[in-house]
Amino acid sequence: MQDCRSHVKVNQSQVPDQPDVARFEQAVLPHLTAAYNLARWLTGNDHDAEDVVQESYLRALKFFSGFRGGSSRPWLLTIVRNTCYTWMRRNRMEEPGVELDEEIYVDSNSPSPEAILLAAARSDLVRRAIEELPAEFREIVILREMEGLSYKEIAEVTAVPVGTVMSRLARARARLQKLLANPNEARA
Amino acid sequence: MICREVQELIHGYVDGELDLVRNLEMERHLRECAECAGVAERLRALRSGLSGSLPYFHPPAGLEGRIRAGLRAGDRPAARAPYFGTRRHWIAIAAALLLAVGGVLEVAYLNQRRGAEILAQEALASHVRSLMASHLTDVPSSDRHTVKPWFNGKLDFSPAVNDFADRGFPLAGGRLDYLDNRPVAALVYQRQKHVINLFVWPAPGESDSGVQRSSQQGYNLLHWTQGHMVYWAVSDLNAAELGTFAALVRGAP
Repeated sequence: MQDCRSHVKVNQSQVPDQPDVARFEQAVLPHLTAAYNLARWLTGNDHDAEDVVQESYLRALKFFSGFRGGSSRPWLLTIVRNTCYTWMRRNRMEEPGVELDEEIYVDSNSPSPEAILLAAARSDLVRRAIEELPAEFREIVILREMEGLSYKEIAEVTAVPVGTVMSRLARARARLQKLLANPNEARA
Repeated sequence: MICREVQELIHGYVDGELDLVRNLEMERHLRECAECAGVAERLRALRSGLSGSLPYFHPPAGLEGRIRAGLRAGDRPAARAPYFGTRRHWIAIAAALLLAVGGVLEVAYLNQRRGAEILAQEALASHVRSLMASHLTDVPSSDRHTVKPWFNGKLDFSPAVNDFADRGFPLAGGRLDYLDNRPVAALVYQRQKHVINLFVWPAPGESDSGVQRSSQQGYNLLHWTQGHMVYWAVSDLNAAELGTFAALVRGAP
């Protein structure tokens, strides 16, 4: 045990220079709220979200020298998202990969816009509806509706083509409309 | 535009993602088609309803401070433990059992094993991460004369970089990674559709070893020490072909 520990300590000085850390903090720390929000929605609890965000920042610092300018928010969110999935897989949390078989075309007997608006104003319903989306649909709703990222940015963060972003968004929204219109069916 | 096309593009339309021409076509169609206009209206209602009521989670007080402290320490205290926590736990139990039952194995040997298992986990995690994060290579090049100099200034050692394209293992590029608490070189090779990550870093004072094999979660891992450098090759490639690859690396000048 002793040997192992001292071995770990020997190589600990591989830290970026302090000015780099300062530059990194200035560019990336302002996005802490967005990072936490995404991690919280993906992991589903405060404790894991906090650990994931801390891990993400350390990884982001490691890769900061490879960051080629542009917007640092999607860049950070990419790292947060990947850290989340690695984390969830390790801790045997939710497995990504579930498909939504939702029809993306809205049928004619769907509720009126007014009814949708009323239901969507109930944050308890909205929260439950989004929590019930499979993770790869949930993340796209969060990135689009809460972070306001463009399709192209979402495609970069989630590593899928823009067309997939749009079709996932369509399916997620169809599901949300259905859940909000008929909250009792939510768990069906 | 027909209704079907319109409904395929309607999310792009309400999200303001369409180009000007498509946008005008959509507007024209929606003025004339009540059904599609209804779909657009429902979508807008959903979006504006959501925007007001989506709960935004704010980080707890103190998280920013902890992150700042972590960044400056360059250590990974909070993250590392849960990351590899469960496995370490079992390794510790296994180690204790072995000691209790046998009592003949040397502690040094156990430490070495334990270190190797943790490293295997780390190497595998890095390999998988490299495939997920679209961060496979920092320097995508099959030219070893491009890849090798790229590491200069980024690492305190210079890894041997060879292309084995003529033997069916073309070099795809290089990447900076982090293993065993230090920056390491990750050389990326391809074998048909499979990716091989070869991690290299110096191990001063360690003598040459044969190739040690293990497999985890469907991945094969080979590691060895040669010329005071540690090598880890990780891939979903089958063990025999990964062995061929290791032999090429070991035999290269």
